[in-house]
Amino acid sequence: MDEKPVIAVRGCNLYYGDFRALKDVNIDIAAHEVTAFIGPSGCGKTTLIKTFNRMNDLVEGCRITGEVSIFGNDIYAKGTDVTLLRKDVGMVFQKPNPFPMSIYDNIAFAPRTFGIKRKSELDGIIEHSLRQAGLWGEAKDRLRQNAMGLSGGQQQRLCIARALAAQPKILLMDEPTSALDPISTGKIEELAAELKAEYTIVIVTHNMQQATRISDKTAFFLLGEIVEYGKTEDIFSSPADKRTENYITGRFG
Amino acid sequence: MLKDAHKRQILKYAALRFASRAALVASLAALGAVIVFILLRGIGYVNMQLLFGDYGPEPSIRPALFGTLYLILIALAIAAPVGVGSAVFLTEYTNTKSRLSRVVRVAAETLAGIPSIVYGLFGYLVFVVALGFKYSLIGGGITLAIMILPVIVRSTEESLLAVPLALREGSFALGSSKVRTIFAVVLPCAAGGIVTSLILAVGRIVSESAVLILTVGMVVNKMPSSLASPGTSLALDVYYFSSHGYPRQAAATGVVLLMLVIGINILATALGRLLGKGELANG
Repeated sequence: MDEKPVIAVRGCNLYYGDFRALKDVNIDIAAHEVTAFIGPSGCGKTTLIKTFNRMNDLVEGCRITGEVSIFGNDIYAKGTDVTLLRKDVGMVFQKPNPFPMSIYDNIAFAPRTFGIKRKSELDGIIEHSLRQAGLWGEAKDRLRQNAMGLSGGQQQRLCIARALAAQPKILLMDEPTSALDPISTGKIEELAAELKAEYTIVIVTHNMQQATRISDKTAFFLLGEIVEYGKTEDIFSSPADKRTENYITGRFG
Repeated sequence: MLKDAHKRQILKYAALRFASRAALVASLAALGAVIVFILLRGIGYVNMQLLFGDYGPEPSIRPALFGTLYLILIALAIAAPVGVGSAVFLTEYTNTKSRLSRVVRVAAETLAGIPSIVYGLFGYLVFVVALGFKYSLIGGGITLAIMILPVIVRSTEESLLAVPLALREGSFALGSSKVRTIFAVVLPCAAGGIVTSLILAVGRIVSESAVLILTVGMVVNKMPSSLASPGTSLALDVYYFSSHGYPRQAAATGVVLLMLVIGINILATALGRLLGKGELANG
């Protein structure tokens, strides 16, 4: 715990127009851990992870106060290069969103954005990323085929590979398995556990078993506030707050 | 009682089925009759002299083939970049529900509904008279570009809006700029629809006559020496031949024009399907 946090949020408030979606949020996220955000729909967990790579910038009428620091830099400070921020902070979305182009071109997308053009170099990145995402065996003979031909679970692992190809340091996962079958879900969970050796992972999930299976820390959100945050085993075995207990025992949400 | 009601239902069903089938047959028959009639009347008169010969005592449509090609190239060279660019601005840089894009949408639909002779009159007054182009292919081509522009803007806008937001988000999340997102993700995904709309616009150019009568001069017997010279098009030749005592040539040119339009439509469908494969699978 004496290590410096990778992500530090201090007094963060976020508004969509007049609606206050995050209320005085404070959280430290440690390196090489899986941190899970749980809570009922509309409680702000997705909103918070989208502040980490400033995807909320795309939402009209979105306003943010307080401080969000990543590796010690305030990412909302003037002069922040959002492009480089998003290279460092990769994201996997709720629904797999591969581009309708070949598997190869999907994964080469971010490297090409950042100026890598040499084929030998791209080939290496593509193999490495696909291996990391556990998709190399299934995809190596069809790299030139359209990614839309993959199954839903394969598409999601492709999206993970695509994010890893940008060589990020942090990987944000926004309910990455909610559109997948149990077997594909299992594969993604194994991946998250493996990838934390190299990356810091923040995952939003509706599935509490998933949080207990893969995360080291868990934060419970309710109505835009973090009610409780701590070691996953503590949160689920002996929650300090009555509201957390009610939620994890299924009494609401 | 119940039985009667049931019988009535069956009768109604049969009557409706018969009526709709008859309507379908009638519309197909009308279309078929036009095609068959034009083919029968004209195909026998299509020959090398008419298609590629010099215009002498025997007329030729070679000037019209070139004129049509030039008009297509001029109109597309102007309308495609301007139209696609406008649509990109409307979908990617303004809120789709904003007043600006609503106004542009209504304006585009209104412009698309204006009779083409009005565009022709505009082209005549502006290019032929005011700017002193006289009758010219370039003036006609620019007028055609103005005519097809609203159609291209609207259909390109539809194609761009059909590209899922999730793909744009995916691109931004990988660190892409807006420009890269537009050129590397949004436009390629919409390519099928955009290409289809451009080819259909070519179809409109090929079949247009009112605009051209007033702007390019209908000089049927001379090859255009440059874009600034007057010219003709296939549709104008049909009109010229049939009103100046060349009914066979008119019929034959009609066949060529018909084939061209059918070909363009098949090409539009095929290309749209080919380029649209990826996005369809996404649905």
